[in-house]
Amino acid sequence: MESSAALSQLSSSLQSGHVLFLAIHVLGTASFAYIVWRRLVPLLRAQPDHRFDHPFARLGKLAKFWFGQWKHPRYPTAGTLHILIFTGFILLVIRSFATLLAGVSIAHGNPAIPGSAGHFYDVVTDYAATVVFLCMLFAIVRRLVFQPVRYAVPERYGKAHTADAIFLLALIAVLMAADGLFSAAIAAAQLKAGHPSEGLALFSLPWALQMALASVSLTALGKFCFAGFLIHQITFYFLLCYRPFGIQFHVETSLFNVYFSKLERGTLKPVRWGLGEGHLDQLKSFGVKTFEDFTWKHMLDFYSCADCGRCSDNCPSNAVGRPLSPRFFSIKARDYTFQHYPMFGKSGNGKPLVGNLLSEDQIWSCTTCGACEEECPLLVEYIDKIVDLRRGLIDDGNVPQSLQKPLKALESRGNPYGKMEKKRADWATAKDFQQTCKVRVLDKNGASTLYFVDSITSYDDRMQSIARSTARILERAGENFGILGAAERDSGHEVRRFGEEMLFEALQEHNSEAIKGSGVKRIVTSDPHALNALKHDYKDAPPVEHISQVLARDVKAGLIKFQPLTNTDEVYTYHDPCYLGRHNQVYQDPRDVLDAIPGLKRVEMRRSRDRSFCCGGGGLMLFYEPKEDERMGVKRVRMAAEVGANLIVTACPFCMANIEDAIKVAGLEGKMTVIDLAELADRQMVRHSSPTAIPI
Amino acid sequence: MEILVCARRVPDTSENEIVLNTAGNDIERDELVYSVNEPDNYAVEEALQIVARVGGTVTVATVGGEDEEEILRREMAMGASHGVLLSDDAFAGSDGRGIAAILKAFVTKGKYDLILTGVQAEDGAAQVGGMLAAMLDYPFASLVNSIEVVDSRKLKIGREIEGGNREISEIDLPCVLSIQTGINEPRYVGMRGIRAVASVPIPTHAASDLGIDPGTVGEAGAKVKRVYYFVPALGKGAEMLSGSREENIDKLVELMAAKGGLK
Repeated sequence: MESSAALSQLSSSLQSGHVLFLAIHVLGTASFAYIVWRRLVPLLRAQPDHRFDHPFARLGKLAKFWFGQWKHPRYPTAGTLHILIFTGFILLVIRSFATLLAGVSIAHGNPAIPGSAGHFYDVVTDYAATVVFLCMLFAIVRRLVFQPVRYAVPERYGKAHTADAIFLLALIAVLMAADGLFSAAIAAAQLKAGHPSEGLALFSLPWALQMALASVSLTALGKFCFAGFLIHQITFYFLLCYRPFGIQFHVETSLFNVYFSKLERGTLKPVRWGLGEGHLDQLKSFGVKTFEDFTWKHMLDFYSCADCGRCSDNCPSNAVGRPLSPRFFSIKARDYTFQHYPMFGKSGNGKPLVGNLLSEDQIWSCTTCGACEEECPLLVEYIDKIVDLRRGLIDDGNVPQSLQKPLKALESRGNPYGKMEKKRADWATAKDFQQTCKVRVLDKNGASTLYFVDSITSYDDRMQSIARSTARILERAGENFGILGAAERDSGHEVRRFGEEMLFEALQEHNSEAIKGSGVKRIVTSDPHALNALKHDYKDAPPVEHISQVLARDVKAGLIKFQPLTNTDEVYTYHDPCYLGRHNQVYQDPRDVLDAIPGLKRVEMRRSRDRSFCCGGGGLMLFYEPKEDERMGVKRVRMAAEVGANLIVTACPFCMANIEDAIKVAGLEGKMTVIDLAELADRQMVRHSSPTAIPI
Repeated sequence: MEILVCARRVPDTSENEIVLNTAGNDIERDELVYSVNEPDNYAVEEALQIVARVGGTVTVATVGGEDEEEILRREMAMGASHGVLLSDDAFAGSDGRGIAAILKAFVTKGKYDLILTGVQAEDGAAQVGGMLAAMLDYPFASLVNSIEVVDSRKLKIGREIEGGNREISEIDLPCVLSIQTGINEPRYVGMRGIRAVASVPIPTHAASDLGIDPGTVGEAGAKVKRVYYFVPALGKGAEMLSGSREENIDKLVELMAAKGGLK
């Protein structure tokens, strides 16, 4: 028998299902279109979002995070699995559609691409399908037997998602197997007809199935071919229409979610996109109160969450038992969307989210450290949503009593402690200090550089030492600098992140005016929160740097030199402050400064750099009384002890406050010390006149 | 229910460093920041919550000058429907009875079912509420820490009794209540809220509008006059600790253990 005859035998076998196949095509496609349209309904009712700019930057993100699967290797096992499956899917796209076409005519469907390129593609996809199939089996075993902790669902968040995950994994395995069976039946028929030239890829899944079908009659092969096709087609359309109801919707949405993802770190979304400056007063309501107050992109985030648990695995709030888990924030919000925007019937309910979907404690529990966003492979955003929800709470007056006093004090005194404005520069007039270092309060055109001190470093007895060290470093480096003194107000960084936008604007306007009036060309700060505010929240502020960046540069240039450490038994570790590291990407400079100190032994904690573990949060977070099992700082201090460090260096006054407290709470007093990078640099710095270090 | 809350503007104790003036009869008032007297803020919140349950309006009144408008606006931003300023040169220097007389004159001009005051002003003597009730011949309850509206003529109120006991009483309307802090959690007033009411006109009533004889209020009518204002000298038995924070804590724990305060 000729090979064409064998094919026509299969062809006629498929032909018998022609009407059925066509009906499934039409039904499947129409259902999918309907489902997608229904899923788009909430997005169309959502708030605007500004995501259509910078197409090249966005394509770049797509290339890196979507096509390049950039974040995945951070979790080696799951990441490798995902990269293999993703690559398999990408490769199989053409083949899959070709197979679907085969129901119309086998000649159109097999092979997918004509010629030798086609044969190469077939071989590659035979292996791709095999790899995906094996990955599914492995993933199922992993879920059932090894049960990674991060997939577990704590009781308060509902039932485990294992069954759904396995069901979906199994369906993909079936899809691969069915496609393999279809190809195997055709190949076996060709072989039977003495036409083995373009066989299936050796040791692949279709090849194994072909071997199994070797002794089957041509008629039976026709039936296998038919069955393979039908199962593939039904599974394909079932998956297509089922995915929008669960965690696998990201297969469709990820492309858009990554393309429309946030481009700039450290920034916050405005209260309302598209509203001109100074028009905030026109808004009837602030922030997110009902589901429809979210932007369409934030809703897309909910759809795109793949329930992988990487965010919560890294969330410090979740780690210490606060009532916040970014993973379940997204999952619950997605379930809420499905419930209130069903496939049939009335959409939306307009009810407040707080009390229904979210609790106030949950919303205040976030330190905005950014660990969740750093980890998310799909670039889901959390901080903007939390801040928007806080804006809503502030607007309704729902603010914990513990935060009301500092907010009121910020309004009347420009600092959360309610201290007098005129005492803001008192740290600089301390007697011992003033004799060695004179800090000028700037008037017009007083200096080229402004040292922006911010509230905690200005007023807190302990943190004032950081201010004095910073001033001495700037002086040693020959900077022409000064401070704003009583004219400085709180940078408002946390005020904004706690949702009090109008108060932030007032603080910002005051400071911007004062900065402008001082005529400085650049700003240096020792507070990463001030750094982030001045850099990302303030409009038209001069360029701003953190003192660690200045130090690193001056050390490199030889402007600042260090004396060797006298106590070489100490083991140092550097704790990355969230707003210096993750939000502003300054990881290496502080480490370079430390490594420039002769005799300094430095180790890295298990969580460092972009996986640094938040110490408990800065600014207003110091006033908030969260519900938690343990302090974040205590966990952090234990991480330092774990690697044998007895000296934690940080570069943020809030980290200092939290870690200092945590050392006491953890009972590590005398065994563990914390010092600010500026303090350490100041202590070790070789001075002008005398070669001995002045104690702080 | 028509509710009137009598509020007062006081220097904010948490945001000021209070120092005595050189004359020794008052505090130094330059550079002070003021806010609404804290118990009064709880009274306004309670009034707003009652109105949210049974309907009606909340009016906040204060005796003072232009500066006092600030707290009226804050309470309006919180949700009060009206703010009223009772202002006249003749009112300056009033004692407690004088303030009560001014408020009484205002109350009789309107029709209020319920009048709330804070339990006391932070710089006051907890006297205005009781005197106002007596002048109006209204029933009065002090230190109220819960209010339940029974019907349009009656309230059920809770009071905390020394020693941690609680008492529930019924009181006929109209009445005057002095509100204890802790009765509720006052809502936050943001910058946005304050800006929204920044240009709402605030009606001002002078002595003549209220039918008050200027001679009976203010300094002229005051029968209580402050003579001295000072920080008392340290008495015996009080020991001031003057070390670092850590040293003080250690010393304190030691002292408490020695006196049997710690077991």
